[in-house]
Amino acid sequence: MSKQNPQLDAQGNLKHFLTTEGLSRDLLTDILDQAEGFLGVAQQAVKKVPLCRGKVIANLFFETSTRTRTTFELAAKRLSADVLNLNISTSATAKGETLLDTLRNLEAMHVDMFVVRHATSGAAHFIAAHADPHVSVINAGDGRHAHPTQAMLDMFTIRRHKQDFSRLRVAIVGDIMHSRVARSQILALKTLGVPEVRVIAPSTLMPNGIEEAFGVRAYHDLREGVRDVDVIIMLRIQHERMNSSLLPSEHEYFRLFGLTEERLSTAQPDAIVMHPGPINRGVEMDSQVADGPRSVILEQVSNGIAVRMAVMSMCIGTQNLKSQPQGDVDG
Amino acid sequence: MANGPRISIRNGRLIDPASGLDGEADLHIADGKVLAIGPAPSGFQPDRTLDARDQLICPGFVDLCARLREPGHEHKATIASETRAAAASGVTTICCPPDTLPVIDTPAVAQLVSQTAERHGFARVVPAGAVTQGLKGAKITEMAALKQAGCPVLSQADSPIRDTQVQRRAMEYATTFGLTVFLHPQDAALSEEGCAHEGLVSTRLGLPGIPEAAETVAVARDLALAEQTGARIHFRGLSTARGVAMLAEARRRGIQVTADVSMHQLFLTEDDLECFDANCHLIPPLRTHADREALRTAVASGVISAICSDHQPHDADAKLAPFPETAPGISALETLLPLALRLADEGVMDLATLIERLTHGPATILGRALGRIAPGAPADICVFDPETTWVVNPATLISHGLHTPFNEQEMRGRVSWTLLGGRIVFER
Repeated sequence: MSKQNPQLDAQGNLKHFLTTEGLSRDLLTDILDQAEGFLGVAQQAVKKVPLCRGKVIANLFFETSTRTRTTFELAAKRLSADVLNLNISTSATAKGETLLDTLRNLEAMHVDMFVVRHATSGAAHFIAAHADPHVSVINAGDGRHAHPTQAMLDMFTIRRHKQDFSRLRVAIVGDIMHSRVARSQILALKTLGVPEVRVIAPSTLMPNGIEEAFGVRAYHDLREGVRDVDVIIMLRIQHERMNSSLLPSEHEYFRLFGLTEERLSTAQPDAIVMHPGPINRGVEMDSQVADGPRSVILEQVSNGIAVRMAVMSMCIGTQNLKSQPQGDVDG
Repeated sequence: MANGPRISIRNGRLIDPASGLDGEADLHIADGKVLAIGPAPSGFQPDRTLDARDQLICPGFVDLCARLREPGHEHKATIASETRAAAASGVTTICCPPDTLPVIDTPAVAQLVSQTAERHGFARVVPAGAVTQGLKGAKITEMAALKQAGCPVLSQADSPIRDTQVQRRAMEYATTFGLTVFLHPQDAALSEEGCAHEGLVSTRLGLPGIPEAAETVAVARDLALAEQTGARIHFRGLSTARGVAMLAEARRRGIQVTADVSMHQLFLTEDDLECFDANCHLIPPLRTHADREALRTAVASGVISAICSDHQPHDADAKLAPFPETAPGISALETLLPLALRLADEGVMDLATLIERLTHGPATILGRALGRIAPGAPADICVFDPETTWVVNPATLISHGLHTPFNEQEMRGRVSWTLLGGRIVFER
């Protein structure tokens, strides 16, 4: 794969959306602005726009997911695309079919866009590198690497509440080590100009060299970490991390890193609390916070559809530019 | 290989650090052996004269680690295909690790490998016998029988022994027969599921990491066991600066330990993993710039006394997957010489030292009287043009392994002739 950004076409338009890394502030802002426009679609009597009419979008989920897949599906349908949903974890790979075989078979059905979730870091880059050149790939989560649409819907939610990114302090709390969401959020926050991003976790869940790798500040104390912050993003902790060599128990985790009203008190009075879902109540946060006035968790879900519509229509738009015969003279 | 042709190699610059030679000298070969250096003995009538004007003549390279994939993985490569690639690369002796299928843990498999190689006749192949049966890390092999079958060293390939007691006893048993044990220093638990150096790049890309401590913990354990047992050990493929420092310290204290490094470790770093390039999926992983510099210094000073290709040919499918799911390893025989010359160019060490690390250094570790040009020694010779340039791409490679991180790069230096036991086994 070439060292130039594999997400952009030669003119710098978004062709794939694989990671929030390496994209300009203008491009990320453009995604947010376009999502703003799509927010109204849900309020219309007919919740559809024709931007992807005649296009086939395949949701390729090698890892099970309800929420993300559903919002991608809804986003595609609101753009008038035909949608294929494939849960591969239970079918092809069990029969020994390789990722590339699966891809080729779907390409033969003239799919225009793959929305991919896969348990392995780098899977979306791999598919983008090997897919037919006219196909776009959207990363719906690859291993620990990236989950860029989740990050952008979080940026969208933050902007609706806080407007100016350049004056914000943002704290991300939880399993930073295994979190593709955290990585994509940090990169998006930095690109959008957030001056202070903090990550809060016990050392076992904090990846090596995080401060230098991402330009963030690492905290091991929740109270100290959320002091004066404007946004708190809680991450989901997988059950299998508990009672392992990473964490001793849910009880101890909640006691030290669980968000409660009391621990929120050091944050800015108008701080918002976010979570990519699904929440483990009583592990990552208590119900008072999850359902409280500062929680914007459900808003995140509705915003997710608008942001995914924006990203999908932009990538399809880039394809359409290409297919117009005299679209670019110097090609 | 007796009664080979009589050959004179004229007008070249002969470099053999082990014999202290560096200068223009003719080389005369007969009966598979070096007959004379300098003027031809009176009455010597060569069957063939090679004109090596503007070329360098050195001992054929001795590679302590190259996979040939036979028996068992012939869909990747064969002894014939890879020894042919070796000949084209100036490599005349290959030590192949025992991770074939079946494993080289019995005399029969060891003999199968060396006899097949002999039949094709492109390179000397020295099989490393397995330390444990099936490389499973539990029961030791019949080491005496393996030695008798032609295995001068033992190895666990990439499967470290988890049980320290087994490791200790394997080392002790090996000392009974004076066998050197090759160890890939990588702690099994600390490296489990890892595919990249645990550091800035793995953190950014979300790749499961292999920490530096995976190497240093294993180095510490194995050095302690070598000291305890008196075993002679060799670290195959060091990758960290701290591992190198521990090695240097152990050597000062008189522990019988040597080490080598894979050529690519002297060039690439974790930064090359950007964009999930599967050609940079290597074990041990590519580490930091500081590690690379320490490895370079250690090779120059002789703390690390050999450079290997660590050649691992793969079929196309092995690399067609998301990065962590690809098979580690690259095709590396044919870039060995040009990369060595690049090290000399970059001033890391002089050419003579480099050639020593590719010839006499590794030959000494194998305990074989190879890797030098001296009257009476086997005529394993590499003649190369240090100025010819060529571009690496799958079409230029002879090996069946076509994956290399140096793809599309221009290389300087190309083999013109390779002689094995006095016979020309490659000429361009």
